[in-house]
Amino acid sequence: MTPLPAPPPPARPRRAAAYLPAAALLLAVLCLLSLAFGSRAVPIGQVADALFDRAHVDPQIEAIVWSVRLPRTATGLLVGAALGLAGALMQGLTRNPLADPGLLGVSAGASFAIVLAVAVFGASTAPTNLIWYAFAGALAGAVSVHLLGGLGRGGATPVKTALAGIAVTFLLGSFTSALVLRFPLALDRFRFWAAGSLTAADAATLWQVTPLLAAGAVLALATAPALNSLALGEDVAAALGRRVGLIRLRAALAITVLAGTAVALAGPIVFIGLVTPHLARMVTGPDQRRILALTLLGAPSLLIAADVLGRVVARPEEIQAGIVVAFLGGPFFIALARRRRLAEM
Amino acid sequence: MSTVTVLKTAPGTGRRTRLRPSLLGLPLRPRLIAACAVTAVAAFAMFCLGLALGDYPVPLVDVVPALWRSGARGTVFIVHEVRLPRALTGVLVGAAFAASGAVLQAITRNPLASPDMVGINAGATTAVVAGIVLGFGDTLGTPTLGLAGGLLGALAVYLLAWRRGSTGFRIVLVGIGVSWMCTSATDYLLTRAKLHQAQEAVGWLVGNLNGRGWEAVRPLAVAVAVLLPAALLLAGWNRNLQLGDDVARGLGTPVQLARGLLLLVSVALVSFATAAAGPVLFVSLAAPQIAQRLARLSAPPVLLSALTGALLVSGSDLLARHLLPDLDLPVGVVTGAIGAGFLLRLLVRSNRAGSGG
Repeated sequence: MTPLPAPPPPARPRRAAAYLPAAALLLAVLCLLSLAFGSRAVPIGQVADALFDRAHVDPQIEAIVWSVRLPRTATGLLVGAALGLAGALMQGLTRNPLADPGLLGVSAGASFAIVLAVAVFGASTAPTNLIWYAFAGALAGAVSVHLLGGLGRGGATPVKTALAGIAVTFLLGSFTSALVLRFPLALDRFRFWAAGSLTAADAATLWQVTPLLAAGAVLALATAPALNSLALGEDVAAALGRRVGLIRLRAALAITVLAGTAVALAGPIVFIGLVTPHLARMVTGPDQRRILALTLLGAPSLLIAADVLGRVVARPEEIQAGIVVAFLGGPFFIALARRRRLAEM
Repeated sequence: MSTVTVLKTAPGTGRRTRLRPSLLGLPLRPRLIAACAVTAVAAFAMFCLGLALGDYPVPLVDVVPALWRSGARGTVFIVHEVRLPRALTGVLVGAAFAASGAVLQAITRNPLASPDMVGINAGATTAVVAGIVLGFGDTLGTPTLGLAGGLLGALAVYLLAWRRGSTGFRIVLVGIGVSWMCTSATDYLLTRAKLHQAQEAVGWLVGNLNGRGWEAVRPLAVAVAVLLPAALLLAGWNRNLQLGDDVARGLGTPVQLARGLLLLVSVALVSFATAAAGPVLFVSLAAPQIAQRLARLSAPPVLLSALTGALLVSGSDLLARHLLPDLDLPVGVVTGAIGAGFLLRLLVRSNRAGSGG
């Protein structure tokens, strides 16, 4: 009687150790570049001086680094990470490769809130002032989508939520257009916001939103193991002892906070939430924990790279990061759609 | 600025098959015929109402004779020269958008597919906004730019999605990528524009029938007269494609040729309509879905969709003109709001039936 062969050791991707530090290094380099490049280039050595030795550096350079480029880079970090996580969570939750946080009504809600604030409430058009209106609008949009999608039997299934998202987006979109056509001042503010720029937030605002984003990120990462079960189908997940309704609720909460804050800080930015999780999956394989971790580092890298590029190509003027991302992301996405079968999840 | 949405799975309307009576080999569907008749009458009534109401009201009984230039001279002038072009544009635009959406939803087998997914709207929008902002719009004319941009956008999507044939899903994916590029170009142009230029551009972006004259009607009427019958002739292929490429091939449909031709018809319809009125929100998405439910079929019927679209746009324009007369709302705002209400109703109903996916 031959003994049973020993079970093979559990397969682990060998690259697991390498890709996270590599992604972190890339992100750090891009952050440095983002501090150095702009309409006035600052040598890397002086950037380091300005960061760590503020007293002994040219005050002009200190001002550029601390009050302009540091908030901008931090915005890129926060917004990129939030969009990437929200997208990855959304795709894992809905098992739809094309699920995008923009689908939840956050962009439409934020757009409408900004236009309403400027046109009707007479809010000042200072960008930092509008961030909170946008945040409130994004939350209201997302909450109404979840509530409408959760009406009736079966709770908020992905398809119903998506339909509700489209409906809310259309409704708020037509209100936004009506207001924008009527109030030129609102249009003036809106067109710059809609381009997607990282320059709106100042340091104080960033400090205020960081705890929110951190809570959202923790919730997202904590949901990842449950998403692995959900990938097998909802019935299997339930049989494995997962409470599908609770998972959906937690994920929805995390997505709403992350995507809502990102939209409020930087305006609607496409591509990052939709494509970064796919890129991460190519490297890591299907484990949601790894996908989320790599997305957390990879998504801000993409956004910051786009922002730096937008500053360099049109110097001394700038092209908004959202525009650069969409314009370069389009061809990339097309190539991906031609080569890989995105439908396979 | 725009959100593109695709669902992999969507609620279908499952329906038992049963033997049907037929006429000359075509299935005879009393419900479809009745729905077509009712919608056509309603659309015509809305059209007449649009001609009758306004700052100078014309009695409804005088409207129809005035179409044939009989009646008081003032009435004929008001109806024929002032209101008819706008009303006709509304009817034709609605029919064109809806028929295009019906064909496209069948090709992609996705009830949420609409022309903005295959690059038509994005291309047309970028071309028109570039014309307004960079200043070459006046010499070329907005309709020409919209037409050229829409066709170019769709051509780019089709060619880029071609890889040993095309599939509906790949067309949608490539459409998203092309839309991103076009939208980012549009956003960039809008940030560079002067404010009044941006206003003009946004006014066009919403979809608008204000001030449309005969010069907008003529090309659109010719396009609809040619393309709508073409779409109806291709309806058999359309039905087979709905069953999936393999089944369609088994039924003898030349799949690639059929998809190419249908896509061409759909794109041409929506390009001409966009050139005339701008991208009127939602009609191409909602009208086929309404029609499908009216007729209780498993795929959107083209003719009924076109009639529903005509009704939807005429009715919305009437609302836009008379609900808030001071605001001068563009028709796209109203179709967007109506469409959202319709979708929500659909959602609640499917929830009640427990079939919401």
